[in-house]
Amino acid sequence: MAMKKYIQVALVGNPNSGKTSLFNQLTGLKQKIGNYPGITVDKKTGVCGLKNGKKANIIDLPGTYSIYPRSDDERVVFETVYDLNPITKPDIVIAIVDAVNLKRNLLLFTQIHDMGIPIILVLNMMDVAERSGIEIKVRKIEKAFGIPVIGINARTGEGIDRIRVTLSTMPVRQDIKPFYDVKAFAPDLIEEVKNEFNLENDYQAYLILQQYQHVHQLSDEQKRFIEGLITKYEFDINSFQAREIIDRYAIINEFIDGSIKVKLDGQQFRFTDKIDRLLTHKVWGYLIFLLILMSIFQSIFAWAEYPMDFIDQSISNLSLYLKGIFPEGPFFALITDGILPGIGGILMFVPQIMLLFLFIAILEETGYMARVVFLMDKIMRQFGLNGRSVVPLISGIACAIPAIMATRSIDNWKDRLITIFVIPLISCSARLPVFTILIAMVVPEIRILGIFNLQGLTLMALYLLGFLVAILSALLIRQFVVRKGKSFLIMELPLYKWPRLNNVLITIYEKTRSFVWGAGKIILAISIILWVLASYGPSHEIKNAENTVKALYAGENLTEKQMNSKIASYKLEHSFAGVFGKAIEPVIKPIGFDWKIGIALITSFAAREVFVGTMATIYSIEQADAETTIRTKMQNEINPDTGKPRYTPAVAFSLIIFYAFAMQCMSTLAIVLRETKAWKWPILQLMYLSALAYFASFITYTLLK
Amino acid sequence: MGKTVADLKVGESAVISGFQNSTLTLKLLEMGFLPGSMVKLNFKAPLGDPLSVRISGYNVSIRLDEAAMILLK
Repeated sequence: MAMKKYIQVALVGNPNSGKTSLFNQLTGLKQKIGNYPGITVDKKTGVCGLKNGKKANIIDLPGTYSIYPRSDDERVVFETVYDLNPITKPDIVIAIVDAVNLKRNLLLFTQIHDMGIPIILVLNMMDVAERSGIEIKVRKIEKAFGIPVIGINARTGEGIDRIRVTLSTMPVRQDIKPFYDVKAFAPDLIEEVKNEFNLENDYQAYLILQQYQHVHQLSDEQKRFIEGLITKYEFDINSFQAREIIDRYAIINEFIDGSIKVKLDGQQFRFTDKIDRLLTHKVWGYLIFLLILMSIFQSIFAWAEYPMDFIDQSISNLSLYLKGIFPEGPFFALITDGILPGIGGILMFVPQIMLLFLFIAILEETGYMARVVFLMDKIMRQFGLNGRSVVPLISGIACAIPAIMATRSIDNWKDRLITIFVIPLISCSARLPVFTILIAMVVPEIRILGIFNLQGLTLMALYLLGFLVAILSALLIRQFVVRKGKSFLIMELPLYKWPRLNNVLITIYEKTRSFVWGAGKIILAISIILWVLASYGPSHEIKNAENTVKALYAGENLTEKQMNSKIASYKLEHSFAGVFGKAIEPVIKPIGFDWKIGIALITSFAAREVFVGTMATIYSIEQADAETTIRTKMQNEINPDTGKPRYTPAVAFSLIIFYAFAMQCMSTLAIVLRETKAWKWPILQLMYLSALAYFASFITYTLLK
Repeated sequence: MGKTVADLKVGESAVISGFQNSTLTLKLLEMGFLPGSMVKLNFKAPLGDPLSVRISGYNVSIRLDEAAMILLK
């Protein structure tokens, strides 16, 4: 066998066993995120330096309770560990188990152990176990299994060095006697499979019979052969699996009785039970959850603003500076007006993403997130969603991008997809400038009952409408999404723990990086296309814009600034975006829009708030004091067909409703693509939300006209 | 019909006897709901569903209709 450069190590364990902490301890920031072909599960790998100068490539596999997969995530674990290809198969498996909760954790370990792969058993949370009066006889376990057993504390890093040493001195083969003998189920059949597939290990042969559909190295012919054997020998997959699990647990029980000593039974739950009494209380539980949610969004709104303004300012200063030193020309314009603002548009999201994941990582780390699911499951299930959908949905108020990234924690793929689909309906902060300008134009500033401002009430109604339509859409989409099997919620409620700063920081870093490199490319590409559309036109009118406009306003004594904004307006009108805006006018006329709004619809695809800027350019308004002037200009605009003001309440409300529902945001599209890994989902979503927006605007316009 | 985990009162413990046949049986077994082992209802969510139960040395949340699949002695 040729020497591989790195030792391939697969890291397996139950959810909440501290697997991610261990992975972070072993690899630090030397982590990479890739894809498994065909599914949405992320492949996390990292490099770990060993004592003797060798290196190990560590794969962090999704958490699972058993080798038998029940989801895409768990299937990855089976497929990685059960790999018949000697080149790609892991050389060593590290099985991490929670020492406080040994019984359930050992099931997966014994299964992988019996497959005959060199394995290290890592006992995590030894400190908590000791404090809870659980004494584990590590040497005894080591002797019983004949494999290395290492007690660690993944949170502090205690014992990690011993894993490094063991990895570098580990023999290629261990002489493993099975923990549980499956041969009794079907001795002749297992023998036949071993001969046919050249296997030495009984459990591997048995697993081929159980899981042949998920072993990708098998050809269709081989799969049919196995199916034939299963019928011939009447191999009863499900009841054998049940028997195996029950028998394994029975042996584990016996084994545990001999190798751990418990002084105080149930001691480990004392602290957690006390906190749970408060956090899942019918009044305090919801109140505290509401308070936590409010502080999360308050801080995203309030704290993210400063770095966002800073990024915005820096990018425009850099652009101005470069314009000063670059010669004129389309190439340099592309850099200063196309690429730079595009990069700025990507970086603008980073503060919000970092802040949201700071909070989410803390909620996950402490174990509180499982309690959120526990509290919200009954309510969310009514709408075809899941307790885990709550935090992403509420995060949508700040911005759909981090919210969609936060749906990662929803383990059921269908629930996750539905949540992603409806998140853009929650009114995000980018819609605020659009809403405020339009509401101020048509809703009078009067007080209701002496305290409520009618404009404020309208804005609140829009947020509620967003939530309502999101929930109704979830119900609707649920009818079309076929679920594989019944959805269930058999979820561990882990013991409460203090969050580890290191894990929180790595989560933030990883989410930010995956956004900038994953979705950023698409955002940059679309923003450059949009810039080209708004800056270039099919005719030469756009080239002669300056002369034409100067000739047109020659008589009027315009300042240079005024003249420049007239030119910008003229250019936009004759650009590709302007041409498109005019071309779609017949389509958007039934909902009350003209070509000027059409242009703004196209350009604000870059980000909704661009609507305001585009309107300013179309109405050739200088930057200063833009908002009030746009409003006056729009209010004064006359509809040539009716001779009355263009922005009647019907038009304005139609526009408001359109912005409330439409997926007017390329960054959202890009992140949906990144998260679902298939073009069909963002495209379907764009179609659904556009149709919904058009239809709702049409009703609004027709009713108010 | 016999008693199930869904019928337990808060704080009450009982021994599992078996399962109503369903696609969940294997999952429940893997999670440590084993015939012959003790299950205790810790508390219910404020709306009565899901439940928090202690089984095989840890706490797990299950929905009421899932709990009704687990038969008690």
